[in-house]
Amino acid sequence: MATITIREALNQALREELARDDKVFLMGEEVAQYDGAYKVSKGLFHEFGGKRVIDTPITELGFAGLGVGAAMAGLRPVIEFMTFNFSILATDQIINSAAKMLYMSGGQINIPIVFRGPGGSAFQVSSQHSQALESWYAYFPGLKVVMPSTPADAKGLLKSAIRDDDPVIFIEQERMYGNKGEVPDDPDFTIPLGVADVKREGKDVTIVARSLTVPLALKAAEQLEQQGVSCEVVDPRTIRPLDIDTIIASVKKTNRVVIAEESHPICGVGAEISAQIMERAFDYLDAPVKRVSGADVPMPYAKNLENLAIPDVNRIVAAVREVAYID
Amino acid sequence: MATKVIMPKLSPTMEEGQISRWLKKEGDKVSMGEPLAEIDTDKATMEMQALGNGVLRKILISEGQSAPLGQTIAVIGEPDEDIAALLSEAPPAQPQATEQKEPDVPPPAPAVAQPQPASKAAAAAAGPRPVDNGRQPQAAASDSGRMIVSPLAARMAAEAGIDLRSLQGSGPGGRIIKRDIEAAISQPAPAAPSYPRVVETTRFQQAGAAGYRDEPASQIRQTIAKRLVTSLGPVPHFFLTTDIEMDRAAEMRKGINALDPDLKISINDIIIKVTAAALVQHPQVNASYQEKVVRYYDQADIGVAVAIEDGLITPVVRAANQKSLSQIAAEVRELAERARSKRLKPEEYMGATFSISNLGMFGIDEFTAVINPPEGAILAVGAMTAKPVVRENEIVIRQMMRVTMSCDHRVIDGATGAKFLQTFKKILENPLYLVV
Repeated sequence: MATITIREALNQALREELARDDKVFLMGEEVAQYDGAYKVSKGLFHEFGGKRVIDTPITELGFAGLGVGAAMAGLRPVIEFMTFNFSILATDQIINSAAKMLYMSGGQINIPIVFRGPGGSAFQVSSQHSQALESWYAYFPGLKVVMPSTPADAKGLLKSAIRDDDPVIFIEQERMYGNKGEVPDDPDFTIPLGVADVKREGKDVTIVARSLTVPLALKAAEQLEQQGVSCEVVDPRTIRPLDIDTIIASVKKTNRVVIAEESHPICGVGAEISAQIMERAFDYLDAPVKRVSGADVPMPYAKNLENLAIPDVNRIVAAVREVAYID
Repeated sequence: MATKVIMPKLSPTMEEGQISRWLKKEGDKVSMGEPLAEIDTDKATMEMQALGNGVLRKILISEGQSAPLGQTIAVIGEPDEDIAALLSEAPPAQPQATEQKEPDVPPPAPAVAQPQPASKAAAAAAGPRPVDNGRQPQAAASDSGRMIVSPLAARMAAEAGIDLRSLQGSGPGGRIIKRDIEAAISQPAPAAPSYPRVVETTRFQQAGAAGYRDEPASQIRQTIAKRLVTSLGPVPHFFLTTDIEMDRAAEMRKGINALDPDLKISINDIIIKVTAAALVQHPQVNASYQEKVVRYYDQADIGVAVAIEDGLITPVVRAANQKSLSQIAAEVRELAERARSKRLKPEEYMGATFSISNLGMFGIDEFTAVINPPEGAILAVGAMTAKPVVRENEIVIRQMMRVTMSCDHRVIDGATGAKFLQTFKKILENPLYLVV
C-alpha cells in the first residue's frame, strides 16, 4: 500500500494501461509535451512517445470524433477534456456517435473509448468553467459515467474504464487532485464499474455522496457522531449504471437519506437517486429524502458567492439533523 | 361536472355528523341514490345516499372524523376531471383533537353486540399489543385535517396492531414517525378495548381520593344531556302518582297469550294501548306547549323509552289509539331491536305526543321521569308486585303497580292531569273498557 494523491493514482493507471495494451493511447490538449494541464499525464509522453500520447489543437469536437473513429477501427483511445465544460462542444460525437454506435450497428461496433477530465467546481473559474455535467451524460443509454472520490477508487476505476469495451465518461474533480489516500500496489488492481462503496458505516442516516461531497460527508459524519447521530456514507462511484441495491440496503437500515451533490438540483443525479429510493424503499422511509445540492445559479465568480453556491459540511449536517427530526 | 358531497341534515336536531363507515372507496363508481356512507348522527346511524352519478373522486372526511352540516365531505365527478377547484373550496375538516366529540377508538361499523366486560378487559390487558396506548385519543392533524404518517411508521403500526388515530405525531406538521410508534409499543399497556365502560384502569389518583377516568361523551350521551336540560329546567314539572290494581290486566294478558303463542303481549303493550285510549278521551293531555300556541294532536303517538347501550331513545308507536294490542306488541319489539342496533330513522324516534318509561323490570317501585320536550307529559311505570290492599274493609292481595305522571304545567293543570290519570287507571284496572 502506498499513500498517493488522486493525481498520482490517475497517472499510475494511465501508465499501467498504456504499458499493458499498445492499442491504448492518450489524446487531448496539453497532455503530451506540457505533461498535462493538471499534470495527470506527467512523464507519459517521455515514456511512451508521440504515437501513444498526442497533443491536439483546441478542437474538442474534432478530436473527440477522431477518438470515436479510432475506437471503431480497433484502438482504445483515452480522450482528455481539459475540463468537462469543454466537452459540451464535443457532445455530438459523444452522444450521437460513441453512445449509439453499438446499438445502431446491431451490436457489431464497440466503442471502447474513455472520455476523462475534471468536472464540477474549481477555484473561482466562474460560470462557464464550473459545471457538473454527470447527469447530462448519465441520461443517455449507451454511456457509462464514473466519478471517483479517492486515489484508490480513481486508479482502480480508470483501469477498468480503459479495459471496458463501451464508452465511459470518467469525471474527476480539480479540487481533489491533491487529495491523498492509500492505494494497493498490485499493478493489476482494478475496481469493477457499477459497484458502490460504503465509505463509512452507520445506522441512523444514510448520506449518498459522490466526488467532491464524499470528503464533506465524511467530515459531517464525524461531527454528527459527536451529536449522537451515526451516519452511513455511501459513494456510488459509478453513476451509470447505478448500484442502487447498495443504496437501498443502506436506506432500509437507517430509514433516512440525505443526498449530497455539488451539481444543480433540477434533474440531477440526486433527483434520480431520490426517485429510485422512493420507488424501492417507500415503506422504509421515516422522512422524505433530502437533497443537498449546489445552488441553482450559474457559478458565481466572487469567492464568497462561490462558497455559498457549493454544499459544505454545515449544510450536510443540518440536512441530516432535519431527516433525523432533531431540533 | 364534479359535485361536492356535503354533510347532509339527516335529522331535524342534527348539527354535525361523524362518518361511521364509507361504503365506497375513492375511484368507485356511484349512481344516484346509492348509499355512500354511514353517518353517526346525534341519535342513530344513518345512511347517506349519493345525489349524483359519477366516480367518488376524493374523500375529504375519513371514518371517525366529524363535520358540521353543509361541509364538503367528498367530491364526485368524472374519472379524469380536474377537481382541484372544488377541493380548494372545501374548508378544513374538524381535527379530532376535541375529546368531547370523538368516541374512544370508533369501530368501523356501528356496534351491535353488547359489551362483554370481564373477558374483553382481561383479554386486552393480557395481550401483547394495546389497541389504544391509554392516552387520550388525539389524532395527528395537519392543516387539512388529514393524519400524516411516514411510510415506515405506517408499516410499523400495522405490524404492531397500533391504531394510528390514537397517536400524536411528533414530526413536522404532526407527522407520525418511527419514534412515535416505538414509544407506543414500549409503553406499558393499560388496555382500552373498544367499549370504554369496561376499562379498568385508574390512571388518575390523588392520595386518599377515589381514582377515576375520563371518557369522551358519546354523541348519544351529549344529546340526552342537551335535550333534558331543556326539559327539567325550563319546563315546570309537577307529578301525579297513583297505584293501579293490575290483576285483571294481567289476567287478560295471560288469556290473550294463551290464544296464540306468537302473540307475546307484554304488560307494557297493554299500558301503551290504555294510555292511547285515555289520551283520546283527554285531548288536553295529548298536547304540547308551543310558546304562543297550544298544539292539540289528532292521534296518540306514544314514545316508548328503550334502554340502549350508552343511553336511551324513545321510538314512537304512531296512532296507538287505532292499533290492536298485537300490532302494538309487534311494533314495539321491532322498534326496540332497531333502537339497540342504532338503526332507527329520525321519523321513528321523533314527534311523539306522549311518552312512557317503564323501569318495572328493574324492580323500581316508583320514579319520576323527565318530560321529553315538547310533549306535555310522560308516564313513569314502576314494578308490578303483590301487595296487601284494603277492598271492602278487608285486606286482600292484589298485583299493584305505581305510576307517576309528570306534567308540563304550562299546558296541563293539576285537575286535567288528575282526570286523565283517573281514566287511565279505570281502563287499566278494567281492560274490558278497551273493547267497549
